[in-house]
Amino acid sequence: MAKRWTNDLTHDDVTPQSQYLNRRQIMAGIAGLGLAGVMGGEANAAGKLKPNDWDTITRYNNFYEFGTSKDDPAKHAHKLTTDPWTIKIDGMVDNPGEYALGDILSKMTTEERIYRFRCVEAWSMVVPWNGFELADLLQMAGIQEGAKYVAFETLMRPEEMPGQKRPVIDWPYVEGLRLDEAMHPLTLMATGIYGKPIPNQNGAPIRLVVPWKYGFKSIKSIVRVTLTDREPPTSWNKLISREYGFYSNVNPNVDHPRWSQATERTIGGGLFAKRKPTLLFNGYEADVAKLYEGMDLKRNF
Amino acid sequence: MIAYLNQAAKKLPTWPLYVVGALYPAWLLWQGLTGGLGVDPVKEMEHALGEAGLQLLIAGLCITPLRRHAGVNLLRFRRAIGLLAFTYICLHLLVWLVLDVQIASQILADILKRPYVTIGMAGFVLLIPLAVTSNNLSIRRLGRTWHRLHKLTYAATLLGALHFVMLVKGFQIEPLIYMGVTVCVLALRIRPRAFRKVA
Repeated sequence: MAKRWTNDLTHDDVTPQSQYLNRRQIMAGIAGLGLAGVMGGEANAAGKLKPNDWDTITRYNNFYEFGTSKDDPAKHAHKLTTDPWTIKIDGMVDNPGEYALGDILSKMTTEERIYRFRCVEAWSMVVPWNGFELADLLQMAGIQEGAKYVAFETLMRPEEMPGQKRPVIDWPYVEGLRLDEAMHPLTLMATGIYGKPIPNQNGAPIRLVVPWKYGFKSIKSIVRVTLTDREPPTSWNKLISREYGFYSNVNPNVDHPRWSQATERTIGGGLFAKRKPTLLFNGYEADVAKLYEGMDLKRNF
Repeated sequence: MIAYLNQAAKKLPTWPLYVVGALYPAWLLWQGLTGGLGVDPVKEMEHALGEAGLQLLIAGLCITPLRRHAGVNLLRFRRAIGLLAFTYICLHLLVWLVLDVQIASQILADILKRPYVTIGMAGFVLLIPLAVTSNNLSIRRLGRTWHRLHKLTYAATLLGALHFVMLVKGFQIEPLIYMGVTVCVLALRIRPRAFRKVA
């Protein structure tokens, strides 16, 4: 069931570049903008956030499979073949198997979600994603009783992902969510940005987007989704567990051991952009706080 | 070849180093203002200045081994190299304070609480007395003490390289190369005789 959640961010005041892209988006007949327009009043209440433009979103990426510099993914990701693409769905599901991406997409309803995106490195953007709810994919696979977590895996293909030739982290990249987090209507499987197919450097052809968690939880170029009853290993946690926890919810009150998480730099604001306070659960507190009721967020960081 | 190089080095003026050195931060600022540094100009500028500062510190540490082991004498240029290193690191710090962190209370907290910031800061503090005593008068007045004092560069460069190693995410080669080169140029200072004594 799509559209369980609606935006409070809009295309209001977007830069000329993205307005241009939005017009193309309307021409392409992709819904979402109309809805966003209706919600305009609320967006103003939410602090008048606006999406970053296409160039910013697609040229400033952490995707270590293509190199550790922010501009490496944009430089090297064109080598990645994303068609054909299959996703292996396995573990505690009724319908395990290798699913062609096209077959999955034909069963899903794609919609636009304008989300805040907060990196663990204390910078942030706003991205207009296109995608479908992960819950719909999991329901298609059939969740078996006893499944408590969802594990994800990125493609391992060093010949096309040159960063994988260096042991920066333990490849392939893996991530995980608790089942209730995975089923939350905010949790998106993104296949597009600004109504266009998601560029390789942003995690083509399909990636996870969990807007209330630090960006590294939103695993890119997914080839495997596994339902399990145990907390799955996650890449950054395996590397330095004291710095990167399994939950990694955006939280201004829990600092990264090497830097503060109280504030963030907004990308795209130029040389003199003001820092802004980081919001608990990245501003999605009303939507997700109930998932963590009674949990010590400092211990379960 | 080496004699020719030394002759040429003697004739070259040192002031162009200061001019070229001043152009780089100006160019960075211009690029940052006009979009040439990409969508995150603050980090780009901060990293570029820090890295250039570390490179210049290492370059300054190469002067003595070059003279001792290769017979190339570039001593005349060491002051300019050292002062430029100090200037870049000051600017690196300034960008971090004013454009990056911005908030005074957070700056103080970072210096005290974040080991990589503490270490970078310590390296910077060690450089201050060196910059202050980089004039001819100080060299004359301080005599042997000047030489001993300026050995603080060794510690400052090691701290700078360590600062870089500590701030990156994951296992990355580049900062380790800087650390390796720093250790090498310092190791080249160990004299064989002293070596034997220790052994």
